Order: sequence, then C-alpha cells, then structure tokens
Amino acid sequence: MSLFKTGGRKMPEFVGPLMAVLALAFILSVTTERFLSLPNIMNILRQTAINALIALGMLMVMLTGGIDLSVGSTAVLSGCVMGVLLKNGVTNEILLILAGLGTGILAGTLNALLYTRLELPHPFVSTMGTRMMYRGLALFITGAAPIAGFSTGILFLGYRNLFKVIPSGFVLVIILYTAINVMLTRTALGRKIYSVGGNREAARLSGINVKWVLNYTYIMSGLMSSIAGIVLLGRISSASPIASETADMDAIASCVVGGTSFLGGKGTVAGTLAGAMLIGVINNGLDLLGAQTDSKYIVIGSVIICAVFLDVVRNKTEEKGRRLAQARSMSERDNENP
Amino acid sequence: MGEAVVELKNITKIFPGVTALDSMSITLESGRIHGLIGENGAGKSTLIKVLTGVYIPDKGDIYVKDRRVKFSNPLEAKRMGITCVYQELNIAKDLSVTDNLFMGEYVKNKLGFLDYKFMNAKAAEIMGDMGQNIDPSKYCGQLGMGQQQLVEIGKSILTDAKVVILDEPTSSLGSKEAAALFSIVRKLKDKGKAILFVSHKLEEIFELCDVVTVMRDSKHIVTLPSSEVTKDRLISYMVGRTLNNLFPKERVEPGGTALEVKNFSCAGAYKGVSFTAKYSEILGFAGLVGAGRTELFRGLFAADRRDGGEVFIDDRKRDIRNPAGAIKNKIAFLTEDRKLQGLVLSESIMRNICLVNLDALKKGFLLDRKRMVKQAEDCAARLKIKTDSIYKLAGELSGGNQQKVVIGKWMNVDANIYIFDEPTRGIDVGAKIEVYNIMTSLVKQGKCVIMISSELPEILGMSDRVIVMRGGRIMAEVERSGVNFNQEDIMRAAWGGSLQNEPI
Repeated sequence: MSLFKTGGRKMPEFVGPLMAVLALAFILSVTTERFLSLPNIMNILRQTAINALIALGMLMVMLTGGIDLSVGSTAVLSGCVMGVLLKNGVTNEILLILAGLGTGILAGTLNALLYTRLELPHPFVSTMGTRMMYRGLALFITGAAPIAGFSTGILFLGYRNLFKVIPSGFVLVIILYTAINVMLTRTALGRKIYSVGGNREAARLSGINVKWVLNYTYIMSGLMSSIAGIVLLGRISSASPIASETADMDAIASCVVGGTSFLGGKGTVAGTLAGAMLIGVINNGLDLLGAQTDSKYIVIGSVIICAVFLDVVRNKTEEKGRRLAQARSMSERDNENP
Repeated sequence: MGEAVVELKNITKIFPGVTALDSMSITLESGRIHGLIGENGAGKSTLIKVLTGVYIPDKGDIYVKDRRVKFSNPLEAKRMGITCVYQELNIAKDLSVTDNLFMGEYVKNKLGFLDYKFMNAKAAEIMGDMGQNIDPSKYCGQLGMGQQQLVEIGKSILTDAKVVILDEPTSSLGSKEAAALFSIVRKLKDKGKAILFVSHKLEEIFELCDVVTVMRDSKHIVTLPSSEVTKDRLISYMVGRTLNNLFPKERVEPGGTALEVKNFSCAGAYKGVSFTAKYSEILGFAGLVGAGRTELFRGLFAADRRDGGEVFIDDRKRDIRNPAGAIKNKIAFLTEDRKLQGLVLSESIMRNICLVNLDALKKGFLLDRKRMVKQAEDCAARLKIKTDSIYKLAGELSGGNQQKVVIGKWMNVDANIYIFDEPTRGIDVGAKIEVYNIMTSLVKQGKCVIMISSELPEILGMSDRVIVMRGGRIMAEVERSGVNFNQEDIMRAAWGGSLQNEPI
C-alpha cells in the first residue's frame, strides 16, 4: 500500500507514466548520443502533438465510460475536406480552418446521436462503423490521392516553431490541455462528465441531463480530432486520406497508460498527457536505436499491458484499504454504542 | 416418506454489523412441501443461500441424509442434490430450452460432439411430464414466464435433485400459471422430493404446504403442520417485534396538501394508485418487497416511464418528464440502493454532496470551490457524517455515513417533498436515529416527507399516516390516531388480508 500512497494522499495518476518517461529518457540519453539533443526533444514534442490532441478528446469520452474509434478517420476526413475545398478554389485560411473544425464537430455529432438518439448498444460498435464511413468518405472525396498546396497560414501548426525552438503544435497541446483541465475540474459540466461515468443512474436521478453530457463529449472528441487533423496537414504538408491509421489505438493507449479507467469516472488530463509523452518517447527511442516497426509494436503493446496491470494492482490495494477503513469505522461505532 | 433429507442445525451467519441468521434450524423431509414465511429481512434469503452453498455459515451444521457436510461453493450443494429456483430466473433467453436444461451437463456422443438428438428428446420428455408439449429447440425468450420457470424446475428434475427450493415462484405468474405450477410441485412431492416453498402469499402456504416455518429477526420462531394453524396466528408469529423508544417522533400539526397523485398506473408494477401527502407530515408506505412502492415513486420522479396518471403539487397539475423536471418541482428522491443509484462511489464526499445543485454553485463560468467546500463541510457537520475529510471517496465510507451523504445531496436543493426509499436499510442503530432526526427536522420545517419502508417498527414509529400496498395497489390507509395503527393490522393488509377493525 505504501507504494501507492504518499502521506495519506493518493498518488496522482500521471506520476507513474511520468516516472517511466524520465527513466526511459535517462536510459536513452546514456545509450544513444542524439536523444538528449534539443532538436530531438523538440521532434518528440512535435510527433506527440497529434496523438496528444486526439487523446484529449478520447479522455472525455472515456470518462463517461464510452469510447470513440472514429478519431483517426475524423482527423483525416477534416484535412481532406479542407483539401477538396482548396482544390475547388477556396483559399481563405479562416474559412478552410472553420470547414475542418466543422467537419470534426459534425462527425462527433453523428457519433453522439447514434448513441443517445438511436440508442445503439455501445459506442464501440457505432464508432467502429463511423470509423470506416469517415475513412471511406475521405478516400471518396479526394479520389484516394493526397492534396498539397496549402498556404503556411494553415500548415504552421505542423512544422513552425515558436521562439525558434518550441513546436507550435505542442504549444497548442499545452493551451488545450490547460483549458480542458479547467473545464473538467472546475466547471459544473466537467463534474457532470465524471459523475455520468462514475454512476450514470445516480447522475440521472440527481437531475443531470445524461444524454446532453454524452453528446458533448463525443462532439468534443470530434472537434479535438479535427484540430489534430489540421496539425497533421502541416506535418505532412498535404491532406492525405490514408494517414494516421493507428490514431485511435494510440489515443486509447495514451489514456489507459495515463490511468484512465475503461469503466468511466476515472482519469485525468495530466495522466493522459504523460501517457502520450511516454508513447512518444518510446517511439522516438526505438527509432534512435534503429528498431523496426515490429519491435516497436511489441514494446508499446507490452507497456499498455503493464500499465493496465499496475492499475489493477492499484485498484485492488485501494479496495482492500477501503474495506479495512469500513471495518474500522464499524468497530469504532460498536465501541461507541455497545 | 417423511425421512429427513437436509437438516440445518443452529446455523448462524453474521455480516458486518448484522446477524442475518441467528441459530436457525430447519429440517426438510422427502415427500413433503415445507413452507417458509417471514417479514422482509427476516432471514429467508440468507437461509436459502446457506442451503445452496452460496453463503458459508459462521456457526452450525448442515446434514444431508444424516451425514454432516460442508458446502464451500454452490456446485457442491448441487452435487448433493440441492437445487433452487430463484425468483430472478437464471435462464439464458437466447438459448433453446434444451441448451438451458443441459447447461453445464451436456451429453456428448461417441465422437465427442453434443448429442442433440438425445438431449432434445430428453428435454421434450421432461417438459412433457410437466404438461408442456413444447418444441425444445425453441428459444426460452419465446416462452412465457411460467414456462421459463418450469424450465428451471426441469433442471432439477434432470439432475434428479433431492431437494427443490422455490423462492417466491408465483410472484410473476398469473393465477392459471400458478395453478399449473402447484400441480407440478405436488407431482414432485409424490416423487419423494423435499420441497422448500418460500412465499409471500399465505393462501398458497395453506393450499400447498404440509408444514410451515415462520422466521422473524433472523430466528426460527415456530414450525407447525399447516393444517393446525390459522392465518391470523401465522401473522402474529411474523410480527411480535417489540417497539422501543428508538424513534424520536415529534407530533407536528399537518399542513395543507403538498402532493396529490391520481390514478397512477404502470403495467406490471402498479395500477390505479391515488393518494395525497401533506406538508408537515410523514407519510409511510408499508408493504412487502415487490409491492410496487419503489416503482410508484420512481414513476412519480420520472426516473422510469409510467403508463398513466396525474400529479398535482400545491393543487396545480404538473407535467414531470425527467428527474431534472421533478427536482424543479421541488421533489427530492433519496433512492433505495445507495451504491447503485445514490452515490458516485469513485468521487469524494464533497463532490457527491454538490451533485444535485452543481449549477447553482457556479461563479461565472467556473465552480466556486469555496462554496462547494463550505456546503460540504456544513452538511457533514449537520448530518454528523463521520469522516476525517470531505475529500474522502464516498466508496470508503460505512453504510450509515454513505446514507447521510445521499441525504446531504438533497439538503442543498430547495425541495418541499422528500421521498425516502428504505432510508435505514443496512445501517446501524446510531445512524438510524440520526436519519430519523433529520426527517423530524424536515417535518418541523414544514416539508412533506414520504417514507417507503419494509420495516414495520420504523413505519409505526415515524409515520403520521400509513398507506399499505400490495401487488401494485393500495390496500389500506391508516392514521396514527386510528385503531388499525398497529403491527398486526398493517401486516395483515400487506399480506393481502383485511383490517381487523374495519373503519366505519
């Protein structure tokens, strides 16, 4: 128990993955020359940005006990809608960005309505369907070919640096993570999201409009995915309908490694960021070590399983502590009222 | 005939804070139908679970055919020939009758594949013996409730069980289906099975059982041949609890009508229910578990749909469509099951207490943390929630403290009508008194309090007026000052009898 409790307060979820990031960083800086260089670290942040943005939307959905498998397709579709508009002569940057974000919001709205209106059994199934639909739509409208030619005003999120070193995409991550953290922890809506995930029936009977809360999280997930899609445009400097095939799994992995529960009600913004960073560092480190895709998959897969296992151990320890506390309070009561 | 098959001797089962069985003994004999009755919480379910190996008793012995045995899991009890048809059927609705009957006992042919030819034939034979000529490859979901129950009974016939326990088997059956079930139970009896028949319907006990055992307060009260006992005597065995000064009842003059419910109906739960509740009054809802009380108030709170009926609050008709609407109409609903419906266990005490009025705790766009902390601390102090911190998770609290958090949730909304559903279930005496004090103070503030409770002493101790429900209908209404305001009469109404001193 002492492993997971510090001075009576519970260890925050992000400490585990953060320590893993630091340990890994230490190993990599000893074993490779390039890891601890500024360009490489900035590279990691740039690579992590897209996954981190998608994971942020995924976190909100997972907090309600749901899941969104369509995130990668939504990101790609948003970029492709922008590409098609560009090809048809729309060059206004604001208009293009609004179209991209609008696509994400629409995609999220459809996911939300399938769940809360048509009452499909679990978003796993419905978003698996829309995952294919959105990807197919992206391929259809682009004729399966990438579209290039965006102006720097749109691409800057993917490649430009602020103050010459910090990737602008990562700055966006910091801004959005801070904002969503405030939303989740300090606003009524945020508390409702946790309550709906923690006990949907109790939330409903407390007068919370559960469907509205669910709708909001899926729409936010779509929106975050489209923002990630715009960052992706900048990174590959074109709209490609075949990019980010594994985005959904990477995002889920980031959340889970960061301590988000599949059952809902548990998870933090900080944990998710740490989870996304861990996956970014592993990817980068294995690249530096000259690893191929196969070994990368094996390592990241193992990390996910380890993280979830640690979570199980932690929950069991907490559960045991809870039972002990209950037993103690009961025996105290017995002593008071013999 | 009449040889002891299973014998429980001085069985005691203790759960944290509650003694569920207190030195309970019962003997089931072959070729006999043994009735078991008792108030809610008398210990019947625990007894069944000890018999079927679900619970391991703390003290006492179990004998099967004069051999002392110990069950460490349900499978061992089943191997000893003890089977139970639970009220909640264990039927897989998407599987066929054959699959359900043979679940876990599949018959294979020489090649190691399932021998459906044999199993279907056997299933048809078993169901046919019970007068059900149905195609055994039919899905159980296509069968009626009565037939599904027979499939469960068929399982015990298939395994040639010696003991068949029927836990309130007729609660979801029509009278025709029940009659069919009875003739099958009698057939089982003739085949020499020992049958334990648990029921809330006294008529059934007299119609079917050879002997009847009454339980009260986790104890064995009496076992008698059912031919030698009357309905009234059984009821007096079931009550007979002593009332003490546990209840801090203070008489407050009732005010005007707060709530009027007209003709509430919901198929399968309650029908044609009308009543009124007044300000400054505790209105008790008595009845057995499953009488439709919780369902009625979930319908009122719009937690579930209902088929019909009207609600008037302060003499104005209200259209309540969801729980949020009910809260706007100043109704607070303290649900029966704290863990499933009342609390978010993974959240802190503070966040649970602030759940209902979250939107009122905003300062601009953000939540006002200071006010949340103050509200939670005030609440914890006022309700005497025992905790070192309001940041403790609700799941870490004892039952009584959890219940106080649920109450605390509703103290911060400006409600006028408070519905308490089984407010003291599973909490200790000290916490119970505190819950009663809270009700009393609400009534003194002029609020309308409705208390659903299955504990008669509590109903009698706290209510100004009692409505008794049975089978989804109102059976009786008793004023505190009335002659029928006693355990026997309320119990009689709850068990389907009439009041002894009918009001003129």
